[in-house]
Amino acid sequence: MTNYIIRRLLLVPILLIGVTLIIFGMLQLLGPVERSALYVRDFPKNEKQIDGLIKKYGLDKSFFEQYWRWLNGVIDPVTGKRDGGILHGDFGYSRTASQPVVDIVKERFPNTVDLALWTVYPMLSVGIWLGVKAAVNQNKFVDQAARIYSIIGTSFPTFVFGLLILMLLYAKAGWFYPGKMSDWVSKLVFSGQLKQYTHLLSIDALLNLRFDVFWDAMRHMIMPIITLSYINWATFVRVTRSSMLETLRQDYVVTARAKGLKENDVINHHARPNAMLPVVTMAGSSIVSLLGGVVITETVFNYPGIGKAAADAAANLDVVTILGLAIFTGTILILSNLIVDVIYAFIDPRVRLA
Amino acid sequence: MTENNTNPTGDNRLLAETHSTRKIGWLERTVGPDNYRILKGLVKTPASIIGMIFIAIFILVAIFAPVIAPPVGNDPYKMPRDGFVGEPKDPGSPWKKNVPEIPFWYKSLTGNEDWVHLLGTAQGQYDIFYGIVWGTRTAFKTGFIVVLATVLIGVVLGSIAAYYGGGVDNLIMRVTDIFMTLPYIMMALIFSAVLTPILGRSLLPPLIAMIAFGWMGYARIIRSDILSIKERDYVLAARASGLKNGRILFKHILPNAIFPTLVLASLGIGDVVLGFAALSFLGIGTEVGYADWGQILSFARNWITSLDKYWYIVVYPGITLTLFVMGWNLVGDAMRDVLDPRMRGKG
Repeated sequence: MTNYIIRRLLLVPILLIGVTLIIFGMLQLLGPVERSALYVRDFPKNEKQIDGLIKKYGLDKSFFEQYWRWLNGVIDPVTGKRDGGILHGDFGYSRTASQPVVDIVKERFPNTVDLALWTVYPMLSVGIWLGVKAAVNQNKFVDQAARIYSIIGTSFPTFVFGLLILMLLYAKAGWFYPGKMSDWVSKLVFSGQLKQYTHLLSIDALLNLRFDVFWDAMRHMIMPIITLSYINWATFVRVTRSSMLETLRQDYVVTARAKGLKENDVINHHARPNAMLPVVTMAGSSIVSLLGGVVITETVFNYPGIGKAAADAAANLDVVTILGLAIFTGTILILSNLIVDVIYAFIDPRVRLA
Repeated sequence: MTENNTNPTGDNRLLAETHSTRKIGWLERTVGPDNYRILKGLVKTPASIIGMIFIAIFILVAIFAPVIAPPVGNDPYKMPRDGFVGEPKDPGSPWKKNVPEIPFWYKSLTGNEDWVHLLGTAQGQYDIFYGIVWGTRTAFKTGFIVVLATVLIGVVLGSIAAYYGGGVDNLIMRVTDIFMTLPYIMMALIFSAVLTPILGRSLLPPLIAMIAFGWMGYARIIRSDILSIKERDYVLAARASGLKNGRILFKHILPNAIFPTLVLASLGIGDVVLGFAALSFLGIGTEVGYADWGQILSFARNWITSLDKYWYIVVYPGITLTLFVMGWNLVGDAMRDVLDPRMRGKG
């Protein structure tokens, strides 16, 4: 076990270097002038100034030298201040949002986590329940319906489904809203009346015992939750169903039935736990991708998370911001993948022995 | 054994059991029994047949686009505009400016004398019907280009990794892992945003971005297929006869390993078109007014509060895109069963 974890930990720096190299390589496609924006807030007015910047920050040096400067920053010889350097938490300055990229992350990431938190439960429980139901009733009506659903579900583009939900539940019925919170809630938050313990709006509302705020947060999150669940159920149904079908054919299930156990016990206690391994893998990668920012869903519902920030920056061709966000999400993904792999090794001994 | 002895006769029971009396068609002869089984799987289940019908309809629409929606102006891929008013117009409203020629099928099918906006207009009076019809061509174009390029990259990298093994294999597969860690849509979005200032707004930035982050799956599949094939006797024979590595790999191993990858890849067109539509929905890619399904859907983003009134901006292109993707998915689903290694040698 320790061996496995150490081996897995050693992989992390390699992945991180690889990811930063890919992202930095994309950055290098731009000319030195565009890249000088990484270090300065206001774009200089005359060309001489730009040349000075390029010299100062070594934007015309070799690839690896620049890569190192990008990672570690450049120390200004006059003031002794460090400029740039993602290792020191400086991801550059976003011109479209007129704030440092780090601040965007600080502001937006809790929202993404908030949404992920409330999506996990409906996504997993309904998907797995439906998959088990389908497998147990193989080739009967429930099964056929689940299979048709999983094909339609995987074909439905997220944004089309999201727009349809918006059309029905917001524009027509007016039950739920896009965005993050209503005006009166944002006044509460900015005036400090709502104490922010976690920066996750729904959790903070509960901790403050403000159930009206909680209800408002939910009314804004339900549509993206429905969309994300709907899209993920299709895959969960498929994976659970096929894994469950295979488990139901195992000898120990036959044994359990032969010794006279009730069918419910056989399914719930003998077959289902053993069928969950591939589902756990799926669940892990789904949760990780929820944390990495769901670009399309957040954009459709105007939900101010990391994904929406990336989409906005990309639409405005704000390269510094998107690359900063990419580094951040890449790191989050690598770390949460690590956690998922370690948890998985605890659940399935075959992984750590392999 | 002479030629007439190979077919068992009615009175020879033993031979009848050992020899197949099944007729072997030219297709099976050309592609081999394994690949023939895969092709047969395409038309086996009702679901995959429905999928094939969907795909066929879209192919017909793409081919006959100039007849279905006669081009207006020089560039048929530009959706014709009926004026510049911001507000979308309902389906069936009359067409005033830039009216296209009336094709022969129009009067009998719609019962109208003059062109109307069959499926309404989006903001800026872009005709949705034109966008959907010509967008079919855009969809196939992007699908084919991205699939071809990703398969090419994947096959070259995957087969080199599998054939040479050792350090080369390790290096290539770790690079593949790193690319796989990154979220596809986000990276494609970012890369096309970086490319757009360099290449300008066109199909190119999203295409290049989707190719750059889309090859990894194929590299993995072809690698595992080659690993199982490279120990076969005919590879040993080729090596014994002194052939060079490159020739063995590309002339002897690859043709025997590539078929499943090609089938899977061709069904990947649905996913590619979905990704491309997502990128244009987010506002990346072609210039405004280019006939492409994602872009019509992106117009809907500005009318969120009144989507119940302007439902046609979402519903028509949305259904089109969904049916297109579903067609490929239905066939792909049947294919996955056939290509599943546990199913080999059955049916």
